[in-house]
Formats: sequence, structure tokens, C-alpha cells
Amino acid sequence: MYSEKVMDHFQNPRNVGELENPSGVGTVGNAKCGDIMRIYLDIDDNQIIRDCKFKTFGCGAAVATSSMATELVKGKSIQEDLQVTNKAVMEALDGLPPVKVHCSLLAEEAIHAALWDYAEKNGIKIEGLSKPKSDIHEGEEEEEEDY
Amino acid sequence: MKTRIYLDNAATTRTSQEVVDAMLPYFTESYGNPSSIYELGQRSKEAITKAREEIAQVIGAKTEEIYFTAGGSEADNWAIKAAYEAYKNKGNHIITTKIEHHAVLHTCQYLEKQGAKVTYLDVDENGLIDLEQLQKAITPETILITIMFANNEIGTIEPVKEIGMIAKEHGILFHTDAVQAFGQVPIHVDEMNIDMLSSSAHKINGPKGIGCLYIRKGVKIRSFIHGGAQERKRRAGTENVPGIVGYGVAARMAAETMEARTKKEQELRDYFIRRVLEEVPYTRLNGDPKKRLPNNANFSFRFIEGESLLIMLDMKGIAGSSGSACTSGSLDPSHVLLAIGLPHEIAHGSLRLTLGADTTKEDLDYTLDQIKEIVAKLRNLSPLYEDFIRKQKKA
Repeated sequence: MYSEKVMDHFQNPRNVGELENPSGVGTVGNAKCGDIMRIYLDIDDNQIIRDCKFKTFGCGAAVATSSMATELVKGKSIQEDLQVTNKAVMEALDGLPPVKVHCSLLAEEAIHAALWDYAEKNGIKIEGLSKPKSDIHEGEEEEEEDY
Repeated sequence: MKTRIYLDNAATTRTSQEVVDAMLPYFTESYGNPSSIYELGQRSKEAITKAREEIAQVIGAKTEEIYFTAGGSEADNWAIKAAYEAYKNKGNHIITTKIEHHAVLHTCQYLEKQGAKVTYLDVDENGLIDLEQLQKAITPETILITIMFANNEIGTIEPVKEIGMIAKEHGILFHTDAVQAFGQVPIHVDEMNIDMLSSSAHKINGPKGIGCLYIRKGVKIRSFIHGGAQERKRRAGTENVPGIVGYGVAARMAAETMEARTKKEQELRDYFIRRVLEEVPYTRLNGDPKKRLPNNANFSFRFIEGESLLIMLDMKGIAGSSGSACTSGSLDPSHVLLAIGLPHEIAHGSLRLTLGADTTKEDLDYTLDQIKEIVAKLRNLSPLYEDFIRKQKKA
């Protein structure tokens, strides 16, 4: 069901953990859907991602996409990070089963949320970055049962 | 990794060697059509009759009250749709529960679109229905009560005898989906006032693709599959003779071994449940601790997600299942776990392990060791656990 790369990143996830004083933190998804992703960024003065860590509650694909996303953003500039889209994460993992595509969206959103947090903390505006829509601390109201 | 420890016997079971041996001649030697009058055909017909007797005996039914179907889902569909069709002039109300198998739930939802009114009874935290709520739900329009014998996910056994009495008092048909209970717990259709009962062979070490619907004599439901005159004109189609033969043997063996087998399974199950709850923190047992299928253990491990757990168990050679959304192809976790009141994130972290006749204590000890390691690993990955620990430190 999963590609070898997905299984590799699921079994040996890269960059798991927390950062002490992160430049930005983003948490997206919600427990209702069974996926929560949190990404910590350490950004230096030149706006380069020095370090990146994650924690994820979710399925194999969610863990693997988080792990791959952290690999892709590390060492890059903020502008380059904005290019780490769900498509890029999926391609880097040699694809995902159709029902799991939403997991890769979450990875993109988590990065954006962490960058947004960084921008807010520093009072700067990042070109091309809009406010993340699915932060865990918002919009946790009950959805309608689809039955 | 190759599956070494199979703990998903509620999904399906290994077809036993005795069953396979009994079936084989009906492929290449006794392959006649049971409807044919020559000896070869009659041999098949006799084999079917024998199997029908064997299955009827397990539930205290008459031989001619057993109708073969292609499995449990067909039996559920037939019972509910045909009952609605046959009795809709009397009323259009059906009573069921929120924790039925989808073969029942989706059939009821389909009938709602055809004009049926359906009451979905709540269950308590252990998955048991409330008999008083059932009594209150009955109206003069009620034509059918369909409530599962035992739940496939959490193993809870419903008060079927009491439900049967209530149905009988009100003159309402009572159907039960006994796919998980058949051959696992004693069933008697007369003592329990069951009018229709669904069962499936592959849950009791029989072959896949064969099941039956028990229909009490006098229940006027019509054919669901039209065509030839097979199954007393109520289910057309040339019989799956090898499947039926295998089903008969599996049913007889399940009944013969029931007492000893389920006693052993229950002891192992309780040993396993006790150790899991003691040794894995932030874990709960889902389903009734006592009124549950002898082979069912269902847990929720907080802060982790079920599919991740399943894949990691699979890598250790252990097969189980989960009520997580990710295993169902939808975004919602199991309707059963939600119905017993679990919040979504806890429902997502469920694990169902169902023992079989050959499960050993060593299998379960190994499984427990792996669960402990995997749960710890996944919690280390989990932002929910991180938040929980932080809150604890603050407090």
C-alpha cells in the first residue's frame, strides 16, 4: 500500500522532537480527523532554516510526510520553503495512496503555520505567505456527521 | 514481515484442514448440479442437506429453516429489505442500533430513502443497548427489530433473549446479525425468540463466500435473488456446493469444540487484557468486560493513532485491526467507538485483537512486548502526548 520511501520515513522518521526556543512553531490538523502535525523551526538571521523538528499524531503517511517535509525545508531559505508544497512532499516520497493525499496537505500547512508564527513574532511580512487556515487552536467545533 | 501471529480472527479465520478436506471432492469428483436428477447431481444435493442439518443444529433450528447465501452481508440485506417489503403495509418502522455492522446500517439507511422510518438505539459505555429504550421505541408501525448478537469490533454481547421476548410480546419480527456470535456462544433460536439470523462460514474456520439466513417457519419474506427454484424458491442460483459442505463441517466442529475452545480463549484473553491494562499506561478496554465474545480484546491507547500501530505490529509479524479512520478509508473513526462515547482522538487510537483456537500464551506475551515498545515510540512522536506531559508538569 505504501512506497518503500514512505515506509522508510515511517519506520525511521527524521528530525523527531521539539526545539527549546524555536523561531516558529506551527500545529495543524485536528484530532477529530486523526491527524495532528507540529513543526518547529529554528531560523537564523539570514532567514535560513538552521534546524527543524516535528511531532505527529497520525497514520503512517502522516508521519512519513512530516519527516520528509522537515528534510526538505532544512538548510533552505524561507522563500525556498514556500516551494515545499504537498506535491513536492508527495513526489519526494514516490507518491501516496489516494486516500492519504490529505496527509501531504497537512505537511505543507504545518510549515506555513510555523513560518507564519515566525513572521508574527518578528513583526515581518513574508512574501507569498497567507495566514494558515487549519490551526489546531482554531475551528475545533463539531463538524456535521456524514452518515 | 511475514505474519506469524494472527490476531484478527474477527476479520476472518484460517480455513481448517478438515474443512478443506471435506470440500475438495466437491470440486473434481462430486461436481454435479444439485438440481440434476442423475446420481452425480443427487450426491451434491445430499451433501447440501447434510450441511443444512449440521448448521441448523448449532442454533436449534429446523433444517428447512436454513437458507444458504453468499455470506453474512447478503443475509443481512435479505432479511431487512425483504422484511420491509413484506410487512410495509403493516408499518414502516424498523428498530436497530448505532453499533450494527455496515451490512445492517447501510441497508437501513437505504430503506430510509425508500420511506422507512428507522430508530437507531443508543448503547451505553460498554456497548449494551437499553431494553427500556427499546420498549419505548416500539410503535404500532414497528415491523422489525434488527439487533446484532455480538458486536464485531468491541465484542459486546447484547441481551438477545430479552430482546426476543420484547419482540414476541409485541408481535414484531426479530432479526439478529450473529456473524460474530455463531459458533462462539450458545444460540437457540426458539429459546431466544429469534425470527431471522445471519451467519457466515469464514468466521468459524469455514470458507469465504458462503453464509446463511435462518428464517423461522411462517415468516413471510420473499426471495431476494430471483431465478431458479433453489433454496425452496427463496434464493435462486446454483448452490455453492463445496462452500456449503465446508460450512457444514465448520459449523459442526465449532459447536463440538465450543465449550473447551472458548474457555481456553477466554482465559488467555483475560490474561492478556489484564496485562495490557496494567503495563501500558493511558489505556482503556473497549466493550463490556464480562458480556463479551470469548476471543475479543479491544483497547484504546491514548495519544496515538491506530493505523501507525497496526503497521508497526505488522512489521513485527503481528496481524490485528483498528477502528481508526485511516483504516476505514474515511475521515471518521469507527461508528461503534463513537457510539460508546469515545472522543475522536481516543477512538482513532484503537486496536482490536481477536484470538483463535491456536493462539498461545507465548503469542500474546510477544504481542504485549511489541505493543509496549511501539506505543512508547509513537507517543514519543505524538504532539498530543507532548502537550499532555507539559500540562502534567505545570500541574
